[in-house]
Amino acid sequence: MKKYFSRYFLAGVCVLAIFAAANAADTIKIGGIFSATGPASFIGEPEKNTAKMVEEAINAAGGINGAKIEFIIYDDETDATKAVTAFDRLVKMDKVAVIVGPSTTGNTLAVVPKAEEAGIPLVSCAAAKKITSPVKKWVFKTAPSDEPAVRKIYKHAQGSGISKLAIITASDGFGAAGREELLSIAKEMGIEIVADEVFGPKDTDMTAQLTKIKGTAAQAIVCWGTNPGPAVVTRNRVQLGIKTPLYMSHGVASKKFIELAGAESAEGVMLPAGRLIVEDQVAGDHPQKKVLSTYKKNYETNFKQEVSTFGGHVRDAVLLIAEAVKISGSTEPAAIRDGLEKVRKVYGTAGEFNLSAPDHNGLTDEAFVMVKITGGDWRMMK
Amino acid sequence: MTQGQILQYLISGVTVGSTYGLAGLGFTVIYNTTEIINFAQGEFVMLGGMLAVFAMQWWGLPLPLAVVAAVAIVTAIGVLIDRLTIQPVRHRSPIHLVIITIGISILLRGGAMLLFGKDTFSLPPFTGGSPILFLDAAILPQNLWVVGTAILVLIAMKLFFELTITGKAMLACSYDARAASLMGINVGTMVTLSFAFSAMSGAIAGVILAPITLTSYDVGILLGLKGFAGCILGGLGNPFGAVAGGVLLGVIESLGAGLFSSGYKDAIAFVLLLGLLFVRPSGLFGKKMGERV
Repeated sequence: MKKYFSRYFLAGVCVLAIFAAANAADTIKIGGIFSATGPASFIGEPEKNTAKMVEEAINAAGGINGAKIEFIIYDDETDATKAVTAFDRLVKMDKVAVIVGPSTTGNTLAVVPKAEEAGIPLVSCAAAKKITSPVKKWVFKTAPSDEPAVRKIYKHAQGSGISKLAIITASDGFGAAGREELLSIAKEMGIEIVADEVFGPKDTDMTAQLTKIKGTAAQAIVCWGTNPGPAVVTRNRVQLGIKTPLYMSHGVASKKFIELAGAESAEGVMLPAGRLIVEDQVAGDHPQKKVLSTYKKNYETNFKQEVSTFGGHVRDAVLLIAEAVKISGSTEPAAIRDGLEKVRKVYGTAGEFNLSAPDHNGLTDEAFVMVKITGGDWRMMK
Repeated sequence: MTQGQILQYLISGVTVGSTYGLAGLGFTVIYNTTEIINFAQGEFVMLGGMLAVFAMQWWGLPLPLAVVAAVAIVTAIGVLIDRLTIQPVRHRSPIHLVIITIGISILLRGGAMLLFGKDTFSLPPFTGGSPILFLDAAILPQNLWVVGTAILVLIAMKLFFELTITGKAMLACSYDARAASLMGINVGTMVTLSFAFSAMSGAIAGVILAPITLTSYDVGILLGLKGFAGCILGGLGNPFGAVAGGVLLGVIESLGAGLFSSGYKDAIAFVLLLGLLFVRPSGLFGKKMGERV
């Protein structure tokens, strides 16, 4: 009796397994790990929103190659340990085919070894160059790196006849990675760094550092960080009567920055940014125009808040995954990975993606345009 | 290193330090009546700034009214916290109450996050934003507001404790609550009053600081910590010491960032604080504690 029971039981399990497999073919399970709360919530929240919005839009339009997508999202609370736990859950319990996120560089680096071990493609939304350089087999990213952003700034500075720069960077992951690039590329391009200052990401007063910079021969200042630190730098600079031009990183490319710094203090600040924030100034025949305007319109009508580049990174990740599925014709993790390496000329919100085996980011400094804050708004510079 | 630069470091240091001092005042007042270190003090500073911003946004109040409203609401919150969470368990040992204040601080921070969101906000300066140049150093009108307010609050507090009967009653509670209550002092009321005072001074620090340094739901942690450090530096329980310690901490930080390296700004300040406490455990202006047997 017992023997029969176990035989039927086994048969039952087999039938269930077949059903489950058949079911899996109609839906592509995408895992999402975003910092929806915690210090990086300004990055993670629009990302989470975007993931939900894109899921609905794609399914309403018939899915990818006829397969519906299902986003399973966990909030890592900007905590690396929670990001790792979320990754394990997504792989072992939810059995996802591909993972989008985490939002921050630190959390991404924490799950990279996991992705390599599990053999699940990871499309990170974080910025640092070291995520995809050197190349890791299973790791991709959609956010533009700091390196092309630094190049864009230095090219612009040299074009304006500036050769002596002061840098002031946040002491968090984003700022420290930016500082490394700023120093090494300066050497390569023959730019002299005459002051190298640092501020804590939670600091509320940067006048000491700026006073020091004021005493040097710097012809321009480059500040690297995410809100609110750079806004304080922008304000303090005006308060100290410093007139030298100020460059910011792409980390502050949102309206919030202008609001915090105050339109008056922010006047004339220049930074490299993705085209999303100047969508209205992008020419109608630009290949990115369509994805930019559709994403911006949908996001702003759905969530009643200004679109941000961070959400765009998730939009791009899903775009690349969809393309990879179409290329490889399969929704298996390994097939998606191979497909991702073959993605060419896909226009996302961040720029033109050309992925390949040696380049898992696929963006160049073409992804950035230099913008200048004029009258409390972004102006694309020639 | 020019004279102007040194002066600029001093100005920044005194401004930021004054707000550490105001936060520190709040610690002192509550400590004086209850021997509790109120770890929600930084949250009062945060609420002051945030409520002023939202009083302008939600109710369209002009800046001066928004500031008054914010300080009043935070004071009321201070009273509520005491009535709802401290009074019911007042006879427990101070360590229990301290842990309750840690819980309150987390609760207030979480509440502020849900209510106001996770963004950073700014408040317009009280009287214009253009700097006054003085010996090559720039002084903002708002810097003067911060320093002036800190001095005024300190003087008011000093007068209150020395001249009024309520102030003296509060001090009496700190020496011996039981004896004070035998003398007919309502200890419960005095404790509530001390919470009101500390919430008020925290909120004042928050509103005058917000135009310079911006504010968000989580600025309270660091300001509370620095205020507490300033308080310890000056000598716990001494209002003058709290403000002086706060200002000193601000100046050390600013000079450390300017003269050495900005990356070690906080470290320099805290290493000096530790060093000083080895030499003078009761702080710069603290009384030497003696246990009577």
